[in-house]
Amino acid sequence: MIKKIRLLNDTYLFKDLKEIMAKANEEKSGDQLAGIAACDAKERLAAKHVLADLTLADIRNHPLIPPENDEVSRLIEEQVDERVYEFISNWTVAELREFLLSEMARPPDIERLRLGLTSEMVAAVTKIMTNMDLIQAASKISVETTCNHTIGQKGCLAGRAQPNHPSDHIMGIRASLYEALAYGVGDAVIGINPVIDTAESVKSILTMTKEVIDSWAIPTQNCVLAHVTTQMRAIKDGAPADLIFQSLGGTELANQSFGIDIKLLDEADELIHTEGTAQGPNRWYFETGQGSELSSDAHHLVDQVTLESRCYGLAKRYKPFIVNTVVGFIGPEYLYDSKQVIRAGLEDHFMGKLQGLPMGVDVCYTNHMKADQNDMENLAILLGSAGVNFLIGVPMADDCMLNYQSTSFHDIASVRDILGLRPTPAFEAWLEKNGLMENGKLTKYAGDPSFFHQKTTLQA
Amino acid sequence: MFEKEPLKAPNMFGTKNKRTLIDGVNKAGIEEMLRTTPARIAVGRTGTRPKTKAILQFQLDHAAAIDAVSGEVDVSYLEEFDLFSVDTCFETKEEYLKRPDKGRKLTDEAVKTIKARCEYRPQVQIVVSDGLSASAIDTNLENVLPALYDSLKVNNLSAGTPFFVKGGRVACMDHIGEVLQPEVLVLLIGERPGLVSANSMSAYICYRPRFGVQESNRNVISNIHPGGTPAVEAGAHIGTLLKKMIKQKTSGVALAF
Repeated sequence: MIKKIRLLNDTYLFKDLKEIMAKANEEKSGDQLAGIAACDAKERLAAKHVLADLTLADIRNHPLIPPENDEVSRLIEEQVDERVYEFISNWTVAELREFLLSEMARPPDIERLRLGLTSEMVAAVTKIMTNMDLIQAASKISVETTCNHTIGQKGCLAGRAQPNHPSDHIMGIRASLYEALAYGVGDAVIGINPVIDTAESVKSILTMTKEVIDSWAIPTQNCVLAHVTTQMRAIKDGAPADLIFQSLGGTELANQSFGIDIKLLDEADELIHTEGTAQGPNRWYFETGQGSELSSDAHHLVDQVTLESRCYGLAKRYKPFIVNTVVGFIGPEYLYDSKQVIRAGLEDHFMGKLQGLPMGVDVCYTNHMKADQNDMENLAILLGSAGVNFLIGVPMADDCMLNYQSTSFHDIASVRDILGLRPTPAFEAWLEKNGLMENGKLTKYAGDPSFFHQKTTLQA
Repeated sequence: MFEKEPLKAPNMFGTKNKRTLIDGVNKAGIEEMLRTTPARIAVGRTGTRPKTKAILQFQLDHAAAIDAVSGEVDVSYLEEFDLFSVDTCFETKEEYLKRPDKGRKLTDEAVKTIKARCEYRPQVQIVVSDGLSASAIDTNLENVLPALYDSLKVNNLSAGTPFFVKGGRVACMDHIGEVLQPEVLVLLIGERPGLVSANSMSAYICYRPRFGVQESNRNVISNIHPGGTPAVEAGAHIGTLLKKMIKQKTSGVALAF
């Protein structure tokens, strides 16, 4: 493995693969906080040059977090298809980039290729790709999954309805849900982040969302994003859950800080397949986001792009219905400004898609980050072009429970309209049937939450 | 450990969303829905984009949040309560935001100052910090502090010398605890601003804060602002909590209610 390079009259010698991978990253405040980032642009480029010439075998043969110490490393290693790996092991990272971007790489070729890739190889190639590279490569890959209904079709952009409420007020949650549906948002999932992490509260939210879904025959699925163990208790208690949710970290230690491990996820997997209310095979909703490993001091001095990619290596074991990177929630100490958020959003979407995951992105920021809503609108359009499976829909993008800003119902409708994308087919048919959409355009009845409130009131 | 105070019904969601911007098919339904949530619903649209007023209101609220983060506390409030000011180790606002570790440590100068000016080993040490919202201090301090002093009196507790920390993070409590060795410490600090309120303050309270204290050893009363937990109520509640901690000699998840 060559770790040395001479560039612009300076010689750079890197200690190991971990250092090369970290320093090859685009600038991120999280890598700087961890003390592993390149010290300047030249050193960053030196690391990228060195990384581009490493082979995929170099990366596999030098584990960043040894499998004997970490179950996520073991899982990623076990998932490699040796025959496919054999075929590509002497490719350089540069060659992998060029293959992915070439006309030769058609969807079936990428589907086969991914079987031989580890999460670390995927992270490596990401580091030497530009933003448009990431959009171009990702746009070739569609990942379709089915819970009650199928999402991820080429030409579709779904939305998660995220009708959160600061005190889990059931009618308040329902009011925001009606607003979402009135804009044609909710085909990915109706998913609520609860304030109160108890089985009882989770059950009452699942029950209400299920009632709305049933009474309007909405082709979608419900989920409450409590801790997985809380959801398990609620489901065992008879709560109607189509999907089960959990946040993932890229290391065993990070997952420990989330109170989970593979064994627990396996148990939850079995439960949702036996006791869940969904029809289809894909029953998980995972969330990730760069920086979470560092924030729980579980990063092993590995950079945040690589750790994020490892989350996807873990996620794919469970064939999830949707995966969402919450790209700007974590704050400026990990992603300082809009430039870093935009980069991270494109990286995560690409890395997940290349590993076969149904990626959505929570395009978001907190108020102490150097970013504003215009930046989110930019990233939403970029991700729409990249073929993102779904975006998050919050009333006017302002989440009054989590205190951050994401994308709005209007934004999802706009990205669809601007880029010629459609809701998922079943959902669009449902919107048409209810008179809210016609030929892919919102009708005059759209955008009025009382459209749904009316019927409920009459029924009551 | 994270206490969510119940929201008060009458001014539950301020006035921001009281105005309906659309004529729905069911006007009463819209009114009813607006009463249940502070979320920005029923805002209407033009094509796929929001109405102008809804966008401008959103941008105004974001501007207030940005100002809260980047602003400075009005010194007249500090003078009013005899709070002298010391610094943590951050150099610039950017560094404060990027390096939480810097905001957890007082400068050497600050350590010298508080050693010289503060009572050593007080029963209750009160510290105020701007944290992520200077306007949280401007908005709430003049109501919280008197209420807190009153509740100390009611509970027969004595306070040491209060002061202000510029650029503090929650865990600066530990460093201050090491230096002054208080029995309990109350940190009144500006929260990360949301759009519903940019002026929200939290009170973090810890029994014998020292280096190495776990987050779960702290109690917090959050959401202190005019539309959330009223400052006067928060001040009184803090006194009761302090009494319990001193009696039980613990805080955080171990504290029995």
